[in-house]
Amino acid sequence: MKEKPDVLQGTLALMVLKTLDLIGPQHGWGIARRIEQISGDLLAVNQGTLYPLLLKLEHEGSIASQWGASENNRRARFYRLTGAGRKQLQTETRDWEQTAAIIARFFSVKAEDLA
Amino acid sequence: MKFLRRFFIRVANFATRRGADERLRDEIAEHLALQIEENLRTGMSPTEARRQAVLKLGAAEAIREEHHAEQSLPFVENLLFDLKYAVRMLGRSPGFAIVAIATMALGIGATTAIYSVIDATLLHPVTYPNPGELVRIEDNLPGVGAQDVGISVPEWKDLESSGIFQSVSFSGSGANVNLTGSAQPLRLSYKHVTPNFFGVFGVDAQLGRTFYPHDPTPGFNLEAVISDGLWRREFGADPHIIGKALRLDNDEYHVVGVMPRGFRDLGATNEERNTEVWLAAGLSGLPFPPPLRSSRLQGRTVARLEPGVSIAAAQGRLDALVESLKKQYPADYPAQTAWTVRLTPLSESVVGSVRQSLILLFGAVGLVLSISCVNVANLLLARASVRGREIAVRQALGAQRMRLIRQFLAESLQLFLLGGVAGFGLLFCTQHLLLRLVPESLPNLNDISINWGVLAFALGVSLVAGTVFGLAPAWLMSRSDLVGTLRQEGRGSIGSIGRSHTRQILVIGELALSLVLMVAAGLLLRSFWDLFKVQPGFNPDRVMAVQTWLPGPNDPSADIYRTATQESVLLREILRRSRTLPGVEEAAVGDVAALPLGHSFPTQLPLIREGIETVDNQAPVIDSPIVSPEYFHLLGMPLERGRLFNAQDIETTPQVALINEAAARKYWPNQDPVGKLVRLHRDSREPLSGAGPAWTTIVGVIADARTESLADAAIPQIYRSVYQHPAKSVAIFLRGQLDPSAISGQMRQQIQAVDAELPVFHAETLDDVLASSLSVRRFSMEMVAIFAATALLLAGLGIYGTISYVVNEQRREIAIRLALGAQRGTILKMVLRRGVGLAAAGAGLGLAVALVVSRLMAGLLFGVSPYDLTTFAGVTLVLTGVAIAASYIPALRAMRLDPITTLHAE
Repeated sequence: MKEKPDVLQGTLALMVLKTLDLIGPQHGWGIARRIEQISGDLLAVNQGTLYPLLLKLEHEGSIASQWGASENNRRARFYRLTGAGRKQLQTETRDWEQTAAIIARFFSVKAEDLA
Repeated sequence: MKFLRRFFIRVANFATRRGADERLRDEIAEHLALQIEENLRTGMSPTEARRQAVLKLGAAEAIREEHHAEQSLPFVENLLFDLKYAVRMLGRSPGFAIVAIATMALGIGATTAIYSVIDATLLHPVTYPNPGELVRIEDNLPGVGAQDVGISVPEWKDLESSGIFQSVSFSGSGANVNLTGSAQPLRLSYKHVTPNFFGVFGVDAQLGRTFYPHDPTPGFNLEAVISDGLWRREFGADPHIIGKALRLDNDEYHVVGVMPRGFRDLGATNEERNTEVWLAAGLSGLPFPPPLRSSRLQGRTVARLEPGVSIAAAQGRLDALVESLKKQYPADYPAQTAWTVRLTPLSESVVGSVRQSLILLFGAVGLVLSISCVNVANLLLARASVRGREIAVRQALGAQRMRLIRQFLAESLQLFLLGGVAGFGLLFCTQHLLLRLVPESLPNLNDISINWGVLAFALGVSLVAGTVFGLAPAWLMSRSDLVGTLRQEGRGSIGSIGRSHTRQILVIGELALSLVLMVAAGLLLRSFWDLFKVQPGFNPDRVMAVQTWLPGPNDPSADIYRTATQESVLLREILRRSRTLPGVEEAAVGDVAALPLGHSFPTQLPLIREGIETVDNQAPVIDSPIVSPEYFHLLGMPLERGRLFNAQDIETTPQVALINEAAARKYWPNQDPVGKLVRLHRDSREPLSGAGPAWTTIVGVIADARTESLADAAIPQIYRSVYQHPAKSVAIFLRGQLDPSAISGQMRQQIQAVDAELPVFHAETLDDVLASSLSVRRFSMEMVAIFAATALLLAGLGIYGTISYVVNEQRREIAIRLALGAQRGTILKMVLRRGVGLAAAGAGLGLAVALVVSRLMAGLLFGVSPYDLTTFAGVTLVLTGVAIAASYIPALRAMRLDPITTLHAE
């Protein structure tokens, strides 16, 4: 069985922010599940690593959390994007696109282009 | 920003110990529940659903740890944990902890004590606002070898208007003034200053005002500013003191201001620094001489530079000014004298004289500190061998090397910090006792305090020393060979080679450092001893001096002691009465410049030799005490040639003078000075009269005496008779079986019976004067000697510890040797050889360093070469002796080892 690639270091935060932006307040499992779905189950999220990251984002003020009731009426902690988080998402998206564009140009370059 | 927010939240969480464990547990439980439901939906069996969910979640403990690390500050938490562990480890070996902490307390306490002195002197020499702008101005005449000749009033005005300075102040060298009008006439230390004096220092009065800076009064303006001390002592801190009259030297002044408590004047002596009364004068009217360029006033010129002007730049502009003045007044500034004006930072003139001694002390105490650090590092290493097994076990259980180093570092830092705190505490409790050891002549003595800055210094030193000297043992301890140690510990280990090498290097360093200190102490001790034993050329035995001050009112015609004839009536009567006191065998008088080693600086006058010098501005200057005829016999200063003063030398007979041999050699080389004619100009103590002083005949030559400085064999002196030249500051010398405690009262009674308005003060034995003239030297000698003794003790302990350790490590080997028939004497020699080897290496290294250090100290030595063979050899011998003695005890233990018990126990 081929190993699924792990989430690239540092990109998980971006994914969390984007997910929360898309679907609104969500609990930890929901976020993890959604990230896997969006990646078309190509990415393996070691789901537990999500929780320290969520705490860090919360400390940084990008997200906020509070207890709420889950779909099956159990107590769950819901995370939502804050204003600062939305701004952070915008900048990071821009940065990421820029990086991606640069990398893309490197891949598309051919030997004769450099002559 | 984000980072800061995150950091503060973590700090807050750490401080409040708010954990997120419960929240995480709940979240994970919920997470698993949701995942299991999802898995069940895909058709897994309940057991499989649960298993897959847990797998997907990952290692719960790792998550919990990471989550906790994010919630709080793991680094600090570990540090606290390390510290707690360190406390427990120290508690388990209290003997080690006490020795280590006491050693560090000694080192850091001593260093901090010296630092507190340096802090008050070298680091904060001047306590006035913006001290960087303050400069001392000195007029020199290098052409005739005269330094600091004083400034004339026109020159002072030139400097004021030069634009280089904000303001230039002049103050007389401290003098006495009599305060009369209360029950007892009181002698106060006073200074006459220009009205802008306090403005230059930038200090205002705490009550009333200081002088108006532009007061145009030519002479004294009859205003007085008094010190806080005088105000509290004599006037009971009277809030209505302003405007009160003070009768000073028979003139009536009014108090206009009281200076704040901390304000102290500049000065070479403690007395001058504790000036009690300041009087303002324009320096150009009575009682001052007419303001001519050629009449220089003795005193101190201090100026405040314009802001932002560097001393070098100001000096450049000043040099240009001097050049143009020389062109403008060629008669006043003859080319031969090469008149120059030099600026020095005020701080330099305050502490310049003691800088070398203090730096030496700091260096010495630094060595003691290093030795204590090395000793503790050595102890730490010794403990490492005991804890080898513990370390190995912890490593086997997966402890990382960095984690171990941090653990050991925490332990050593804790030791050093505890030592630092203990040292500081000790210093704080004993500060009053220690301050008494500091010589009174040290500048800024009263500013020495154990304050927050000093505490910060002590903690800083502990921290740095703990890190530096803790790191090496920590590094070596963490490097132990895991398998080897586990296999060997508990059997006769030979220990880590690296560790034992390091220990030996440390001991060698320790021995070398203590040798350096001992050499320094030895040289200082010999210098001090030589100075103490030097033949001063006068006999201070059983001699006491008592001082009085004759008032000098501003109007000379009101002065009842104006002429020598007037004064001689008083002096002769005082002498006659003194001789009737019990025990007095001889009595003489002189001015304060005649008090051997007891005056801050000599009275110097230009010496104009007949036929050699023509203008007094180009004459060399010479010390000129004024004495009565009995002075030389009383002090045992023999006449070499000619005659002494006699009763016929009075104001109306031809002026005569005596010189010492040094003056004869210097000014009349290869000639007989007796009969030569000289003139001494510009004597501020002479009554003002139109005619210049007549020619003075040298009538005799006195043997040289060290009356100016014990370290200086021969400084030219010219003595004149008090019956020909009146003196305001009078010292009465008494020789005999005197009772020092009673003399003051007896003399007061006798002197005041002649003139009830004369104060009597400073009754002291010449032996005391002599001893206090050596006080700074004695202080540094004693301190360095104490440090050296401490260093020797520590080095002895160090070598003892190391040899004991070596013996302990080799006990198995020694036991086997003994079992195989080795002679016990051989074992003893073997161990001793180790000690001697270490001592030899340490001494060799130490001697090399000591040679460099002693050369740097040359300026502090007297009568002994910096390479004095006796000192070097003696010190090396002592060090070797101590090293052998310290190795002898473990060597004996090795010799008496019982092979059977030892080998059984292993």
